[in-house]
Amino acid sequence: MLKVTGITQGIVIDHIKTGNGLKIFNKLRLDKLDTTVVLLMNVDSKALGRKDIIKIQDYTDINIDILGLIDQNATINIIKNSKIISKTKVEIPKKVKGLFQCRNPRCITTIDDYAISEFTLVPNEDKLQYRCNYCEEITEYKL
Amino acid sequence: MLQGRHIIDASDLSVEELSTIVNLALKMNADPEKFSNLCKGKILATLFYEPSTRTRLSFESAMLRMGGSVIGFSDAETSSVKKGENIADTIRVLSNYAHIVVMRHPREGAPLLASQYSRVPVINGGDGGHQHPTQTLTDILTIKYYKKDIRDIKIAICGDLLFGRTVHSLLKTLSRFPNIEFVLISPSELRIPYHLKNSIIEKHNVKIFETTSLEEHINDVNVLYMTRIQKERFFSEDEYIKLKGSYILTPEKLKHARKDLLLMHPLPRVNEISYEVDMDPRAKYFEQARLGVFARMALIALLLGRSH
Repeated sequence: MLKVTGITQGIVIDHIKTGNGLKIFNKLRLDKLDTTVVLLMNVDSKALGRKDIIKIQDYTDINIDILGLIDQNATINIIKNSKIISKTKVEIPKKVKGLFQCRNPRCITTIDDYAISEFTLVPNEDKLQYRCNYCEEITEYKL
Repeated sequence: MLQGRHIIDASDLSVEELSTIVNLALKMNADPEKFSNLCKGKILATLFYEPSTRTRLSFESAMLRMGGSVIGFSDAETSSVKKGENIADTIRVLSNYAHIVVMRHPREGAPLLASQYSRVPVINGGDGGHQHPTQTLTDILTIKYYKKDIRDIKIAICGDLLFGRTVHSLLKTLSRFPNIEFVLISPSELRIPYHLKNSIIEKHNVKIFETTSLEEHINDVNVLYMTRIQKERFFSEDEYIKLKGSYILTPEKLKHARKDLLLMHPLPRVNEISYEVDMDPRAKYFEQARLGVFARMALIALLLGRSH
């Protein structure tokens, strides 16, 4: 049994669906951090059977919206002095800015550096659909 | 309160504000002389990043008729844009030179971006296939002028409903008036975007009937709004040629329409209304263009806080 110790200070992203851990790791660009980062894959889980976990030492400033787009079942634990001081469930972001491009080739956000793509969630049970705040075209978010 | 506002989308205006603009436009139409000094000392900047004779001249005429002045460009090729200046910088500079700005741009959302950096009101003069709020104001004014009230109307809209910005703006705006029913006539390739249709049905519970046949539905509508199939909105020439002749309104087809039909078109037309139809008293598209000047006059005056 592989053992990874807990972190004393930082963030633990738990209950990540198996396979999403690496996607989150890449999307958050955690390889660029100069602190200790652990990506655990296929860990035994009572609730999920198997899960992925990411632990980041001495760092809490991550983009929660990205997590919401990739895995809505993940939880975020903030750790201080080896104790969990807050536990938050990730949610699908209602508004997102600058995380992905508008699919409309005629949209101003595709050519102007000042126009950072901004979207508002369009409620839909099956798909992650966002309406562009500039051109109103719907873009479905896919990794 | 309209003073100082940006008008990017017709939805920026409440039904009450639309009525305020339309009522002022009707007064201006009835007695233009009375308003000939209303905007004296004010400057309108027309920033036209793509060619548009009618909209630009209509805005310029509107400002000049109220005693104001006009500056601007009508071709991005000859402006600082050609040198690679972005919209934010252009508007930050030019909004120091004018009291109000109208912008047309081929990119959808460009006027919204401009409004975020402008010191003065920005009016969207058309952005790609997206919105064209002053055309909508013109349309609403025309319906009010001829039908006396904007309610209990069955309106057929025919042509390019996918790319036609006038249509999208008109649909969203008319949906907010009481008891409006739409018959949307288009080739299946050019139906209205599903997100637009869903959103107006959800928000306003309007009746929308989609069809490909103009002939079958011309007899039971109060208003027929024709649009052209715009060549510049197509990605391929073949596709354009295939669809451009889809719907041509002739005197023969009009025989089946109501006697009190109001026939509208945002202009310019290509061949979707035959020239013989121009003589029909129900054809009001040139009057619609005339009224457009008063719609723009009223809007400019109210945004500048000068309504009387």
